[in-house]
Amino acid sequence: MARTNEAERKGIGPLALLAPGEAGLVVGLSAGGLVRRRLLDLGFVPGTVLRAVRRSPLGDPTAYSVRGAVIALRAADANNILVRRAPESTGATAAAPDD
Amino acid sequence: MVGHHHGGSPVSDGPTWADLGRAARAPGHPVVALAGNPNTGKSTLFNALTGLRQHTGNWPGKTVLLAQGVARHRGKSYTIVDLPGTYSLFASSVEESVASDFLCLARPDVTVVVADATCLERNLNLALQVIEVTDKVAVCLNLVDEARRKGCECDATMLEAELGVPVVATVATKGRGLGRLMDTVAGLNSGTITTRPKRVVYDPDVEEALAGIEPLVTRKLPPGAATRWLAVRALCGDMGALELVGDMSALELVDGTGGAVRKVTEGFGLGPAPSWPAARSTTSTAGGKSS
Ligand SMILES: Nc1nc2c(ncn2[C@@H]2O[C@H](COP(=O)(O)OP(=O)(O)O)[C@@H](O)[C@H]2O)c(=O)[nH]1
Ligand SMILES: [Mg+2]
Repeated sequence: MARTNEAERKGIGPLALLAPGEAGLVVGLSAGGLVRRRLLDLGFVPGTVLRAVRRSPLGDPTAYSVRGAVIALRAADANNILVRRAPESTGATAAAPDD
Repeated sequence: MVGHHHGGSPVSDGPTWADLGRAARAPGHPVVALAGNPNTGKSTLFNALTGLRQHTGNWPGKTVLLAQGVARHRGKSYTIVDLPGTYSLFASSVEESVASDFLCLARPDVTVVVADATCLERNLNLALQVIEVTDKVAVCLNLVDEARRKGCECDATMLEAELGVPVVATVATKGRGLGRLMDTVAGLNSGTITTRPKRVVYDPDVEEALAGIEPLVTRKLPPGAATRWLAVRALCGDMGALELVGDMSALELVDGTGGAVRKVTEGFGLGPAPSWPAARSTTSTAGGKSS
């Protein structure tokens, strides 16, 4: 788990950790095969800035603003996307790809 | 916007892709497919082109409704098909598989990729995939009014040069650019406009695997099907693609390529996809990431 802690210190974690309003930068995908293909097709390409928009009342799925569209992902899928949280993310500044 | 499913009730025994293919080959009645991401203005464009000359039909075996209509342009009739919105030709829902199957199997005479000019980058993913499937393709760069409002000028000429296919800027809600779009469709159909689509060339390993799969896929499909693209999908372990090749099992497919497929999938560290049989124990372990 030492590695995880190190990653967390750098502000890197699975996409599902972003709270609504928070922005992040996609740094990698941990899935392979068709899941990876699907996430890339939806716009979750490394280097992409995105923002969590809102979470469903039951906590899952969450809608993300990414490359000009709002895409809903279940946490199980969002956990395959590794993001670096934007510094002092308020959502409004670092990433507003959709507004 | 007015929904486009008026003017007829769903028919249960709609045309099969083969029927549609036959219709496509009937002289003087070309089939034009509108493909694109969700919300790019496909239905708006469809309504503007066809007016009330519309009906819906079921895609064979699926519950998805396909809207079809007739557009008249310079004395000629075209069957326009409004496909479900999709981000990819790698289908992950029934709607997406209808769009993908239609383009790969029914083989419309002309395909128009409707792209949202306000988020072009996202839309080019599908455009590039469609360009892999067919030569007779144009990009309809829609919502250019919205893009301009956001301070973005679209250079259709440059995009055309980059993609190697015609690009026509439109504002579907105002009918702007639709005449030029249909002129382009007509030219692609008749052959007076030819394209030089920019196509992906994969790494040698991948190309070798595709070269192995494509003849197997071709054997099972009707003439004219997009065999290379279906081979790409099969290589990715896409069950939909394997279903399309009918009674061919994943095992047959892998065996038929003399190990090229396994080399590629393991080289990428994907491990055996769920569709690949686990029985081939000598080579199917996930350890073989070297090379
Ligand atoms: N401003 C503008 N809006 C458009 C244009 N084309 C479509 N729309 C609007 O975009 C929305 C989505 O259009 P629709 O045809 O339903 O998209 P589809 O999901 O691709 O079928 C609707 O509100 C349309 O009125 C256009 O060229 N300019
Ligand atoms: Mg529509």
